[in-house]
Amino acid sequence: MHKSWWKIASVLLLIYTVIGGFLFEVPRLLALEETIRNLYFHVCMWFGMMILFTISVVHSVRYLRTFNLKYDIYARQYAAVGIVMGALGYATGAIWMSYTWADPNNPTFQSFAALAREPKLIGAAIALLIYLAYMVLRDSITDMDKKARIGAVYNIFAYAMLFPSIWILPRVMDSLHPGREGNPALNTSDIDSKMRLVFYPAVIGWTLLGVWIATLKIRLTIIREKKMMQ
Amino acid sequence: MSITRRIAMFCMLGLVTLTSYAQGAPQEAKMADMMRSNGRIYVVVAVVLTILLGLILYVFRLDRKITKLEKENR
Repeated sequence: MHKSWWKIASVLLLIYTVIGGFLFEVPRLLALEETIRNLYFHVCMWFGMMILFTISVVHSVRYLRTFNLKYDIYARQYAAVGIVMGALGYATGAIWMSYTWADPNNPTFQSFAALAREPKLIGAAIALLIYLAYMVLRDSITDMDKKARIGAVYNIFAYAMLFPSIWILPRVMDSLHPGREGNPALNTSDIDSKMRLVFYPAVIGWTLLGVWIATLKIRLTIIREKKMMQ
Repeated sequence: MSITRRIAMFCMLGLVTLTSYAQGAPQEAKMADMMRSNGRIYVVVAVVLTILLGLILYVFRLDRKITKLEKENR
């Protein structure tokens, strides 16, 4: 265990998130009701994903500037954990929407057909698929330097594609998903101040957990690469 | 506008607001107040906390194992 203060911080923040997330008071809203508490979990997954992808692209740029293979491993593993968090965000969003957006008067199939057209869902799916392609592309090249260089360049492209697909497109089109008018959950007018008390610590806690898992994967990969060199 | 007209307008507006009040008998959001009042919510918190702590313990042990591996490989 090294540099463990932020790991402890992550654990404490997550414990606080669960306790505060279930027990603290939330605004009483129609249709959403108690599911508003998903903000502390579902939205945090997307925030964590975005932060991890940003760390990943920074390491890709650093690789291209220094050609140190270490940074390539960093970029790859941060992106991998980012994809996991994105997938969890997608899955939790699917559960959440089937109880709040789905129209109980419509048959399931019709209701689903309407929801599947949500630009936010399509955009997020595209973004995740582009990142999955990064994994496939980078891991299918056997030459170490080529793998790192092509991977880094593609990673920058993937990061750039995040902006149209998850930030711009859903704001241009009509959507049921909140946050079209600004930055979802960050805007001071659309989030209750009582909820911010739990939401911000939750974002930090989940992100730190993601970073922790990513560092474990990085350290394992470095050990493996070292063994291959010997 | 004459005074009588103004008064008539005022009364009309008052009526409009009254009827709108009558229509929108405020719909209450159905919250899980029951679970909170009888304390069952703490059971949920305990279960989720246990799962979270179990997962964190698992990550923690992985961290220790990897540190050991790093020391052996040095």
